[in-house]
Amino acid sequence: MEYKTTLTTCTYCGCGCNFYLETLDGKLTNTIPCKTSPVNEGKLCIKGWNVHQFVQNDRRLKKPLLRKGGELVEVEWEEALAYTADRLKAVTAEKGGDAVGFLASAKVTNEENYLLQKFARAAIGTNNVDHCARL
Amino acid sequence: MIETIKQHVAGLLTEKKIAGFLGLIEKNGHVAPHLFKDGESLAGFTLGDRKTAGDARYPLNKTLVTLSRAYPEETFGVLVRGCDERGLYGLFRLNQLTEDRVIPVGFSCPAELSEACECRKPYPDSLVAGEKTESSQLKKVAEMDGKDLARRFDFWTAQFVKCVKCYGCRDVCPMCFCKECSLECEDLVAKGDLPVEVPVFHLTRAMHMADRCVDCGLCDEACPSDIPLRLLYKKTAQIMDTDYGFTSGLNKNERSPLSQMGPAK
Repeated sequence: MEYKTTLTTCTYCGCGCNFYLETLDGKLTNTIPCKTSPVNEGKLCIKGWNVHQFVQNDRRLKKPLLRKGGELVEVEWEEALAYTADRLKAVTAEKGGDAVGFLASAKVTNEENYLLQKFARAAIGTNNVDHCARL
Repeated sequence: MIETIKQHVAGLLTEKKIAGFLGLIEKNGHVAPHLFKDGESLAGFTLGDRKTAGDARYPLNKTLVTLSRAYPEETFGVLVRGCDERGLYGLFRLNQLTEDRVIPVGFSCPAELSEACECRKPYPDSLVAGEKTESSQLKKVAEMDGKDLARRFDFWTAQFVKCVKCYGCRDVCPMCFCKECSLECEDLVAKGDLPVEVPVFHLTRAMHMADRCVDCGLCDEACPSDIPLRLLYKKTAQIMDTDYGFTSGLNKNERSPLSQMGPAK
């Protein structure tokens, strides 16, 4: 019998609400907002309250999907990245950097987001950078 | 007070009367629910008082239900205030917990918390530490009742319209355990619509909680829109008390008038 609460930060948006992920025998059972967090003071939005549900959900995407012949097909990271790189090169060579845009994420670290915008601006040459949690 | 409780819990654990004690721990500079399994090591044990009394309370009974479902043969100890114990009595009555599989370890709330909560019974029967604090009067309900119908209606409409449908009041509630929730029934509450259809969402819940709510106030504290939910449920509880002589969790083994057929006794 192993019951644990793990203090962590919500991955959904930029607010940074704190909550405990409750686990029983290694399986996530619940989300409990942290009462002593100065950010959210024991409150959460509907996404935060249900954050434990996606982690172990069967429908969670675990591999990249590539559209082949109109169908989304699971592929390895190498193939997905190679395809993306090829298309980025081809599109930007033909139409310039502003023909593409980059969507960053609240689910990754600051440093990774920094890298993405740097890549967009310095390597591709566009300011088309946006974010899923631009609140 | 905390030392007396720690000693009591250590005794329960070393004598193997319980498989674990569900309480609160201070770690990472925060207060968290925790399952203590070793009587020797109760480091970090806390009662959930930080800046003010009871400001870091958690729905421990909800976790207890999860633990008991996974380990139905085990007996667990649990830290209870007056409201938590009312919750336990309610969960016994509603067959969510088995009484002889739970050992409550109770402590009383200080007068300031009793007053802030306007608590009817700010101490549990299973009092291990503290004195029986005096109960407090329902001032806010009386104040609201003093206003005329139109003003009350305006007040509650303005409150309910703030709802962002986070369902936090339900999710934090230690007395909410239904597998299917009427708040997620699309015929009653339309999905994806904000503001909520006034006042269906909250009145549906208030009706459903009429014989369950134990007035712990966790919903009120969890509401990101600061809707005074506790006031609403206190009023519901007052009606239950006046009309049926029933208060959820006040007396052990008391059946709810809402689950009995025939005239009110």
